[in-house]
Amino acid sequence: MNDIYEGLVSAFWLVVTLDQDLMQISLRSLQVSLSALVIASVLALPLGTFLAIRRFRYRRLTISLLNALMGLPPVVVGLIVYILLSRSGPFGVFGLLFTPTAMIIAQVIIITPLIASITHQAMRELWAEYHDLLISLNTSNWQRIKTLIWDGRRNLLTASLAGFGRAIGEVGAIMIVGGNIDNATRVLTTAIALETGKGDFALALALGFVLIALAIGINICIHWLSRTEREGRW
Amino acid sequence: MSTILPLTLKDVAVRRRGKRLLGPVDLTLDPDGLTMIIGPNGSGKTTLLRVMHGVERLSTGTATWAVPEEEARHRQSYVFQTPIMLRRTVADNLGYPLRLLNAPRAQVNARVRHWAERIGLADRLSLQATRLSGGEKQKLALARALIRKPDVLFLDEPCANLDGASTRDIESILQTALSEKTRIIMTTHDLGQARRLASDAVFMLHGVVHERGPASRFFGAAQTAELQAFFRGDIIA
Repeated sequence: MNDIYEGLVSAFWLVVTLDQDLMQISLRSLQVSLSALVIASVLALPLGTFLAIRRFRYRRLTISLLNALMGLPPVVVGLIVYILLSRSGPFGVFGLLFTPTAMIIAQVIIITPLIASITHQAMRELWAEYHDLLISLNTSNWQRIKTLIWDGRRNLLTASLAGFGRAIGEVGAIMIVGGNIDNATRVLTTAIALETGKGDFALALALGFVLIALAIGINICIHWLSRTEREGRW
Repeated sequence: MSTILPLTLKDVAVRRRGKRLLGPVDLTLDPDGLTMIIGPNGSGKTTLLRVMHGVERLSTGTATWAVPEEEARHRQSYVFQTPIMLRRTVADNLGYPLRLLNAPRAQVNARVRHWAERIGLADRLSLQATRLSGGEKQKLALARALIRKPDVLFLDEPCANLDGASTRDIESILQTALSEKTRIIMTTHDLGQARRLASDAVFMLHGVVHERGPASRFFGAAQTAELQAFFRGDIIA
């Protein structure tokens, strides 16, 4: 209990004094996770919607695979990305290992199936509702996808937020591909792991509370901006 | 622009999982008037309508328009028994078919305003369409179908579950569309409505066209015992 109390106090002072290290680590966490979220959403939202509206051979297998990939172990993803980006790997020439870009790549791989799968579930219901109308209006596949994404945007926001939650709390993969380098690739989760290893539980907890506050804050901001749970044109 | 009609159905049949839902049907629809399709539940009315609209896969036979199928699909509209509302405002629902065609914004807005006034929803353009009453939704669905000025309008029991006032409003819109040379093909269970609107009628029974004729003869002097029984309200086996 004492550690938790000390963690809360430390977190309070770190935030109030605008601790430079904390700000840097927090901003990097946000930068990596939000970048991964945007890229993953651009890939996953149309993919999930396409799977909802289009019938093709191996569609069920594809959906099963996508659902299975939701549980992809981050450490394994990190290891594979590490091998691909290491000097001797096929993409070693780009020199991306131990950079925030490598962390973004790993997070995109982890959260894309999650967002696509939730999107597919949401879009399947909306497609059942819209199917006859959109077929009757002789819409193209692309017009259907655009219509479903626009009209189902609130559900898709939930899918994206689930992806963000997974990304910002992820530690295994980004520890491997980022290396937890101070002033370069250290983010909140890897810093927590480091401080815990050093036995500084108060600081680790303080960082943990900041991480939770960030995640909640981002969620509230997005809900507020998008007017979720409120009537309106959006 | 020439009309997309006549529509010719030749030896059309629809089977699903070994069960025959429709056919064989041979039918030609001429360019003018309102064809009313009537018949008991499960007789194939909706399937026939969907076949004509081109959204039902044929097991056998052909459905041919006077123009290429792709062009014909763009020049017809369909109104469902249960109106499907996009999760958008009334204005966005109305303008949706025009936006699919990349119509200029000014044209879309003008036509949306015109149709909103015509169906009495001009003061609720910014309301979510899903919040409208059943009658309002159906009027909106009808306006959305007519906003593209289709050559042919298909309606699947558009007044089912609607009260008298809403039915009258919808019939009034249909009469106006008819006067503007829109070809209408609709199904109904309401024989009064069929008599009021039809220029010719089709009686479906067990998936086939059992009797067909101009409205005056169809309703005044039914030829088959089954249609006479249907008019009497008897249960037809």
